[in-house]
Amino acid sequence: MFKQLKLAAVAATVVAAAGIANAAEFKPAIVFDMGGKFDKSFNEAAFNGAEEFKKGTGIDYMEFEVTQVSQREQALKRMAKKGASIIVAMGFAQASAVEKAAKANPDTKFTIIDMVVDLPNVQSIIFKEHEGSFLVGMAAALSSKTGKVGFVGGMDIPLIRKFALGYQEGAKYANSGTEVFQNMTGTTPAAWNDPTKGGELARSQFDRGADVVFAAAGGTGIGVYQAAKDSGKFAIGVDSNQNYMHPGTMLTSMTKRVDVAVKNAFATAKAGTWKPGISVLGLKEGGVGYAMDEHNKGVLSADVVAKIEKARADIIAGTLKVTDYMTK
Amino acid sequence: MELFQIFITIMDATFRVATPLILASMAGMFSERSGVVDIGLEGKMLGAAFAAATIASLSGSAWVGLGAGILTSVALSMLHAYACVTHKGNQVVSGMAINIMVAGLTPTLAFAWFRMGGQTPALKGDERFHSLTLPFADAVRDIPVIGYTYAELISGHNIIVYIAAASVPICAWILFRTRFGLRVRAVGENPHAVDTAGISVNVLRYQALAVTGVLCGIAGSYLSTAHGAAFIRDMTAGKGYLALAALIFGKWKPLPTLFACLLFAFTDAVQVRMQGVDLPIVGVIPGQFIQALPYILTVLLLAGFVGKANPPKAIGQPYIKEK
Repeated sequence: MFKQLKLAAVAATVVAAAGIANAAEFKPAIVFDMGGKFDKSFNEAAFNGAEEFKKGTGIDYMEFEVTQVSQREQALKRMAKKGASIIVAMGFAQASAVEKAAKANPDTKFTIIDMVVDLPNVQSIIFKEHEGSFLVGMAAALSSKTGKVGFVGGMDIPLIRKFALGYQEGAKYANSGTEVFQNMTGTTPAAWNDPTKGGELARSQFDRGADVVFAAAGGTGIGVYQAAKDSGKFAIGVDSNQNYMHPGTMLTSMTKRVDVAVKNAFATAKAGTWKPGISVLGLKEGGVGYAMDEHNKGVLSADVVAKIEKARADIIAGTLKVTDYMTK
Repeated sequence: MELFQIFITIMDATFRVATPLILASMAGMFSERSGVVDIGLEGKMLGAAFAAATIASLSGSAWVGLGAGILTSVALSMLHAYACVTHKGNQVVSGMAINIMVAGLTPTLAFAWFRMGGQTPALKGDERFHSLTLPFADAVRDIPVIGYTYAELISGHNIIVYIAAASVPICAWILFRTRFGLRVRAVGENPHAVDTAGISVNVLRYQALAVTGVLCGIAGSYLSTAHGAAFIRDMTAGKGYLALAALIFGKWKPLPTLFACLLFAFTDAVQVRMQGVDLPIVGVIPGQFIQALPYILTVLLLAGFVGKANPPKAIGQPYIKEK
């Protein structure tokens, strides 16, 4: 018994020592936003990226899930104080918090996703969501039998309008007569996590004749996809590949490679190649796209895919322009 | 779409949204009529939603889940009774405490058990209450107006929506036509008189709160196993408070309360459909204004049309026997 204890103690010391040694070298951190890291969408994609980094390098990361607006700044500053080498902040809403924390800790590296913060120690990663949304808009219009498609947004902010506009343009590009219904869930951060409301919004669009709905609404989308399944209509996922949630009624997902962005931020910071500044990831960079896997095989027809692929090539070549709501 | 069809689909959504409100406000009616303020409707619903989703997921049966939801809600109701009937505690504080406790406890337990970030697994198949198609619904669909209304509006809901619809006349009958109902109302108006007649005030209030628990349990189970398909953090989203408002709005009477619930749900259904719609003359109304509509309407109606509310006289006061 005593021997065992001693052995355990030795093992613990070794592990602890290893931990400390590791920590002194590299300590990444991530701060998730409202909606939580299991929103099956934006934050979960970031979580997956961080997990992948952990699996690949064996380096653990510090994390925090924001549940109240006031926690953002505290969380970022606390991570900096704990000696984080790089702090990834998820979401547009953390911009002001990142700005304050980055000014207070000029030696700490910050990466913010979905928003631009112009400081010498901040890297801003934004995506061309309008390009990815354009493609799934085409998928929706080409798969619709009624010529009516729907969009359910989360909180009513310019970023979500950007998704909506790209989606609408894509739908009209594929079929100029397509009618697009748009609904926003709310005007507060609670709109990211209200599946009941999302389901009602989707149903209201189905009642008006829509048979495909695209949700860009974080956790609210779960209700939208469920409503689509219950009513036998198609839904399009967002951010992460959500095709697996309801195989058969998930048409596709507009993927935003938040996971790759987070993993890269960690990896470059570790390798010393991390650079501040703005990077914009679009179709060309593989930052956005649409998901094809075994769950939506046959749901999205080959004919439709061919048309989408052509549009993708045109957008990358610059011959097809998609309007960006932010710079409109 | 034809105007009539639009109206029917809006009413259809109204019934879906109103169901938890109706059940919860009927629940509140028993508690408040017996003289116990129940601000804890929200917490009881949330607790029931969690228990129902958890047990339905584990057992594979929505009915077992419903039972668990009711049990949980009754247990919370008994806690409320123990604090404010037995120990004469402040009823608002006790109700609020239940709300806060449940709001914190449910996602914590869900995380510990399922590791899905405070949610429960998505329910499939028999783990949920599905829509029922009433007899002949498909046969009469093509008959204009009546047949269509029957097929679209009356048929095609899940069982709990029908339970909610039935709960109003049943509650009205119990409260106004039975001996138990008479005693519940009496104990809320004048507990001393009831005590003088040799009936225990405390036992009556415990019984009334048990009924509250059962109805709240059904309301909560509806959210997670019928309308939705999993428990999600804070999924009641203020419906308990809205039900309480409907109860006050309806002056603690079953039929007016039912209409208040339907009105709240109706404005919600309308606002969902009015977003981004191009109306004649005014054009597109900003989404923010439309989302504020239910609240504006509530304030206007409360201020302008309801008139004086007569709450039960002994409401909020713990009963203390004079020595």
